[in-house]
Amino acid sequence: MADLLKQYDVLGAFWMTIVLTVFSAVGSLVIGTVVAVMRVSPVAVLRTMGAGYVNIVRNTPLTLIIVFCNIGLFVNLGLRLADKSSSTFLVDNNIRLAVLGLSVYHAAFVCEALRSGINTVPAGQAEAARSIGLSFGQNIRHVVMPQAFRGAVTPLGNTMIALTKNTTVASAIGVAEASGLMKEMIEFSPDQLVLVFLVFALGFVLLTLPMGLLFTTMSRRLAVKR
Amino acid sequence: MTSQTVLFDTPGPRARRRHTLAAVVGGVVLLGVLAWVLSRLAARGNLTPAKWNPFASADTWTEYLLPGVVGTLEAAAISIVLALVLGLLLGMGRLSENRPLRWFCSVFVEFFRAVPVLLMMIFAFNLYAVYQVFDSEQLALAGVVTGLTLYNASVMAELVRAGVGSLPAGQREAGLSIGLTASQTLRSILLPQALTAMLPAIVGQLVVVLKDSALGSIITYVELLAQGQTLGTARANMVPAFIVVAAIFIAINYLLTVLAGRVERRMRRRGHTSAKAAPAAPGQAG
Repeated sequence: MADLLKQYDVLGAFWMTIVLTVFSAVGSLVIGTVVAVMRVSPVAVLRTMGAGYVNIVRNTPLTLIIVFCNIGLFVNLGLRLADKSSSTFLVDNNIRLAVLGLSVYHAAFVCEALRSGINTVPAGQAEAARSIGLSFGQNIRHVVMPQAFRGAVTPLGNTMIALTKNTTVASAIGVAEASGLMKEMIEFSPDQLVLVFLVFALGFVLLTLPMGLLFTTMSRRLAVKR
Repeated sequence: MTSQTVLFDTPGPRARRRHTLAAVVGGVVLLGVLAWVLSRLAARGNLTPAKWNPFASADTWTEYLLPGVVGTLEAAAISIVLALVLGLLLGMGRLSENRPLRWFCSVFVEFFRAVPVLLMMIFAFNLYAVYQVFDSEQLALAGVVTGLTLYNASVMAELVRAGVGSLPAGQREAGLSIGLTASQTLRSILLPQALTAMLPAIVGQLVVVLKDSALGSIITYVELLAQGQTLGTARANMVPAFIVVAAIFIAINYLLTVLAGRVERRMRRRGHTSAKAAPAAPGQAG
């Protein structure tokens, strides 16, 4: 056990998992919020675009999106997200492509979580906002979204926990995160199979359990009392 | 949907002009992005007939895509059946009066919900390989099915628990008062109602299973994504192959989503709304 931990950089792999999680969380929240606003906007074209995004992305396997980010966007279409002259170009580029894929995929779920949050805002609030002359943009910014975020903490939390677990898919394009290292360790020490799995499984339990508790507490404390 | 109509007034002439402007800008941006994507695709020669012709020939479908679809559906079908059975048992275990059993089922469910499906697949694949549980041809399928089953059974168990929990307390009390034991009440009164109420969520979960089966490509299982990549390499049309594979996945999953919606509406019409269907956990692995 101690040998294994000395031989392999387990903490480093989990650090990569955390890095992927944090950046993709920010990315998916930004994209997801924009799509959610589009989906409730008065402009039919934007609503359709938002719905199309969610329906397409939500029904595509994440593995396909991530692999496409590498083979499609980078190898075939030449999209570069890192400095090409840098010696770590391939590694950096793959990490950023993975973050892009994870953000795009989870944004669809963030959007749906926010829409469920918008539904928790009583109709009277939006009507009141309209009746004092706020425009759709002001209404969304000052009245609806602040409450929607607080009402959507639970589904947003579920999405973020799923995102943490889904970062493992980045190993499909060679990003050195937890599942990639686990595969490598199992290949080189098959006799320690169960132990290696338990270490990594425990790592994910340790990552996601506090997140779950945090989101439960937050959803209780942030809930708008009505 | 109801919130949409209250967020903005029926537009007047100025607002209508603004909305038209926003629609035009949105449309132009969308078309611009599409044009950019198409020009990139064209610049790399991805739009030439040579890249797309393979999809007109029967071999492409019989040798690559259809076996991929079969692999995906096979893994998904086996997993969903096993997950339903195991999930029902785990859900009943979590609701049981027997404390050790309840405790065991709770730990099992919480553990396998926290562990990424891919880790379970890699572990199961290697476990079966080391102990030679399955012959080498079945290894990858067994790994995929194990990972999908353990995770989705845990989700199903939670669905069962949420379904039973959302039934009116009177249902259980009535069962007990006519002399049924707690487990008889659970089996003959609570579970049938909970399962009907959860049906839409269970159908929705099928989409998750189907998408997650694509993880199998990482442990060499022959499914649609893996076949798409093989096809892309063989015919040197990687991007078109990805687009076609994505379209097949989206079509199948979209149909399942529509089916889930249908089931839900049908339930509502028949008055099975006592239990509010908990939304399936969003954004699971795929």
